[in-house]
Amino acid sequence: MAIRKICGIETEYGIVHRGVDDPNPITASSILINSYLSDLSRSGGAVHGAPGVGWDFEFETPGADARGVANPSAMPPEVETHMVNAVLTNGARYYVDHAHPELSTPECGDAFSVTTFDRSAELILERSMRAADSLLPDGQSIVVYKNNSDGKGNSYGCHENYLIDRDLPFGRIVAEITPHFITRQIYCGAGKVGSELGFPSDVIPFQISQRADFFEEEVGLETTLKRPIINTRDEPHADPQKYRRLHVIIGDANMSEVATFLKVGSTALVLAMIEDDWIKRDLRFAAPIYALRSVSTDLSLTVALPLETGGSVTALELQRYLFERAVDWGEHHGFSVVGENVGPEILRRWDEALAGLENNPESLATTVDWIAKYRLINAYRERHGLEWGDARLHALDLQYHDLRPEKSLSRRVGLETICGNEEILNGISLPPEDTRAYFRGACLAKFGDEIISANWDSMVFDIGTEPLRRVAMMEPSRGTAAHVASVIESSHSAAELLAKLDA
Amino acid sequence: MAEREQIKRTPTERSEETVDEAPPSSDAGEKLKAELDDLLDEIDEVLETNAEDFVRSFVQKGGQ
Repeated sequence: MAIRKICGIETEYGIVHRGVDDPNPITASSILINSYLSDLSRSGGAVHGAPGVGWDFEFETPGADARGVANPSAMPPEVETHMVNAVLTNGARYYVDHAHPELSTPECGDAFSVTTFDRSAELILERSMRAADSLLPDGQSIVVYKNNSDGKGNSYGCHENYLIDRDLPFGRIVAEITPHFITRQIYCGAGKVGSELGFPSDVIPFQISQRADFFEEEVGLETTLKRPIINTRDEPHADPQKYRRLHVIIGDANMSEVATFLKVGSTALVLAMIEDDWIKRDLRFAAPIYALRSVSTDLSLTVALPLETGGSVTALELQRYLFERAVDWGEHHGFSVVGENVGPEILRRWDEALAGLENNPESLATTVDWIAKYRLINAYRERHGLEWGDARLHALDLQYHDLRPEKSLSRRVGLETICGNEEILNGISLPPEDTRAYFRGACLAKFGDEIISANWDSMVFDIGTEPLRRVAMMEPSRGTAAHVASVIESSHSAAELLAKLDA
Repeated sequence: MAEREQIKRTPTERSEETVDEAPPSSDAGEKLKAELDDLLDEIDEVLETNAEDFVRSFVQKGGQ
């Protein structure tokens, strides 16, 4: 039986430090985040943030492999680059990772909620830029880009995480979700001018995905080299007897809210279908990496790709099949695991995207990033009579992802918005109410001074007299507002809170 | 090609149009086109002043 698809998005942002001769991205990322945190504490940190609370690395095991083999040499060099590491009162983690600022949203209850928190994250980065610029010497500034590639062969990720049932054999997950990851880019690709695999601009002028050039393996533990379509990191950040966390490293960071919603929503539905054994056809591609890159470079959406079992299918046909299975799954199971009201909306948007791609892709210029970007860049190219390799077109591509409102091109192409402004603003400081992120965020806001550290599945309190107290949060669907809001509100100290929780 | 036939949409539901040549014909399409023209008229004020320098200096360290 499918379980609730609690999910989150972690985004590594591109960063540029202007006005210095020899910019260091790690330093710039640290300045960016620390500026935001000190801004928070100046404006009353207990309410808006808990800058003193660090991340707790105990029990983190990024080298554990879902295939059951541990390979220490394949462990990403993570820990030593974590310069700044903060937990925010919205339940998010904001830190420096691999020379980039990274923000992981709190655990969210559904695709709509995580889309809102992804937008809140953009505002946090935007405020961080302003805070940094007010501290930097005149002539210097830090600019952040929500993209996944510098156009020169360097990529940085936008990962998604989904809670899945531990009982599901990992091999089945790999076989059944990979075709979705290869083909979903047709509506959630962010678009990119050119290729980073050495193809000239007359061969690949523009492609659908930012990330397709960087994937070389089908399955693996790596995240920074020889990236695999399926990442096997087995680190559930929850009860490992009951859960896996599927760590998805193949997505693009989206500027379109609809694209983020559809990326997470369709994936949550496909995972729920896999848990319920509802995908009746073997859709494995004969050559997954070839298929991934072929889909990315086929703007006509007509290339048929061979399947492992014989025959072939286009990305659009495969997505249409998954969509139809999802409709059928919903009729049999309802939508409680993806959100009772959210599920039908995912299906509506999914159908709309596929129909648009089938009939008139340009009709999706306000919802699908790669189409919005292509349309803008191609129109500019035609107006000025430019060749595809022209630097101005690459500049437009980068600037589509600029998070400064006054420079952002994605904010100017008329993208449809689906998240409420008030909810996005609330998401900067308030946690989602329907996951354990509520407990984390609400405790930080109220008892920040008494919290030593926090991570996804526990918090460490210092209540003075006793040894430090670790509170485990191994159930992502517990610790919600319904569970703990009244206990937190009625407690005047962390000691009182812990006593009530013990009782 | 049996698999392809099974999954494929019926021909009436597909179209031969591609991104390059899909002409918006509806009112909404016309409006979008007008908005795009307006954006192109004013975009040079927003664009980085030296595109070549900007693109060349946009170098990131690889991440995850």
